[in-house]
Amino acid sequence: METPNHLKYTNTHEWAQATDADIVTIGITDYAQDQLGDVVFVELPEVGDPVSAGDPVAVVESVKTASDIYTPVSGEITAVNDGLIDTPEQINESPYRDGWIFKVRLSTPAELTDLLDADGYLAVVQEEDA
Amino acid sequence: MLESGRMQRTALYQQHLDLGARMMEFSGWEMPLQYPTGINQEHVAVRTDVGIFDVSHMGELRILGPDATRFLQFATLNDPAKLRLGRAQYSMIPNGSGGLVDDIYLYREEDDAYLMVCNAGNTATVSEHLKTLIGSFDCHLVDETSTWSLLALQGPGSALLLGRHVGAELTTLRKNRSTATEISGCPVKLTRTGYTGEDGFEIFCHPTDAGYVWDILVGAGATPCGLGARDTLRLEAGFALFGKELTATTNPLCTPYRWVVKDKPFYGREAMWGRPCSHQLIGLKLAQRGIARQGYRVFSGQKVVGEVTSGTISPLTRESIALGWLLTELAIEGTALAIEIRGLKVPATVTPPPFFKQ
Repeated sequence: METPNHLKYTNTHEWAQATDADIVTIGITDYAQDQLGDVVFVELPEVGDPVSAGDPVAVVESVKTASDIYTPVSGEITAVNDGLIDTPEQINESPYRDGWIFKVRLSTPAELTDLLDADGYLAVVQEEDA
Repeated sequence: MLESGRMQRTALYQQHLDLGARMMEFSGWEMPLQYPTGINQEHVAVRTDVGIFDVSHMGELRILGPDATRFLQFATLNDPAKLRLGRAQYSMIPNGSGGLVDDIYLYREEDDAYLMVCNAGNTATVSEHLKTLIGSFDCHLVDETSTWSLLALQGPGSALLLGRHVGAELTTLRKNRSTATEISGCPVKLTRTGYTGEDGFEIFCHPTDAGYVWDILVGAGATPCGLGARDTLRLEAGFALFGKELTATTNPLCTPYRWVVKDKPFYGREAMWGRPCSHQLIGLKLAQRGIARQGYRVFSGQKVVGEVTSGTISPLTRESIALGWLLTELAIEGTALAIEIRGLKVPATVTPPPFFKQ
């Protein structure tokens, strides 16, 4: 399982990365995609939607289950990964790159710095697997 | 589950772990959900090539004695008297109040000896139910679940693959027929049956031989498949699953399996024929993706007219498909409906399965 050190994480298995000054890219972790199994459908938010940290804004469906994806930061949706509509399996194949889900223009920078680092997230995963 | 809380394991447990399977609990058994390549690839392997499943969790009950045929005519909905030796039939066990105890496969092995394969979670219930019904019939029932391993080799290439390892002539082993033979020296009961909508075989063997037979067939190129792919395959083929489409309250006369119910006396016949079919079990194809899951409501305009029993995205066609109950007057091919998925109404059309081109 990969957990890159340069990303931030949530205890609900999203990752977040500050791409530009105030733009944060969000997806689900390698651990999360492995637990879900083959992803077959992704429901994306609308560009322009205002969101608050903790809101469910997307849904990732595998054969097993439908899983809400929560935005870890507040702001406005600036982009969604349309490629996932036709190739949702990118979330399995490349969870940290091609499988990104949406981007948010950050309104409260502290929300990003408060997220878990890689070690903190690994501790969450170990707790769940125990 | 066993009273100790420990799950049962099949003879192939170590094979599954060695292949990197993700294990899951199913009806008290610890079974492979999927192997590392995932459900979609396993599914496609069965549709285009060959897949192999460990289905040793299924129950095997043997019914023996001079009255075995008469008893099974009474206790099941299909007619075992029509089975020639070495043939098998799909059937169901009525519960006396118009619903079902289980759906089963019944193999006639001798004039007065049958092997019944039932769902893992129902084995004990079926066994108890049948023992109660036997009464004065001159026959008895033996639970042989622990003495059999059961493998399913499924897919268009399965006859070619199996033919290289088996003594029997497979071209004459037509659908629903069985024969006693050997796979590389291991005695097996081989039947041309399955639950995927593809050509294929089911292999009954002794648990101590199961690993050897499995390794030979996997080594010959059969893709190991878990219960995840077993579910998407049966759903794409439109086959019902006990616990989803079929339950203790399901009247089989209101399903596409109406043909199973033969015109003869059976346990609870009047109760079953006396129940009207307000709803029918039908197939649905959704206009966009998103999975219609068990319990989701089906709408015609603003009116709730049905409920989903199973749904998935077809790994083959990428279409969203489902089975469910629908008001009888709407159960016509092409009827336009909607399924509510997370608050949104997704257009859906009544579509008789199978959901793929055979």
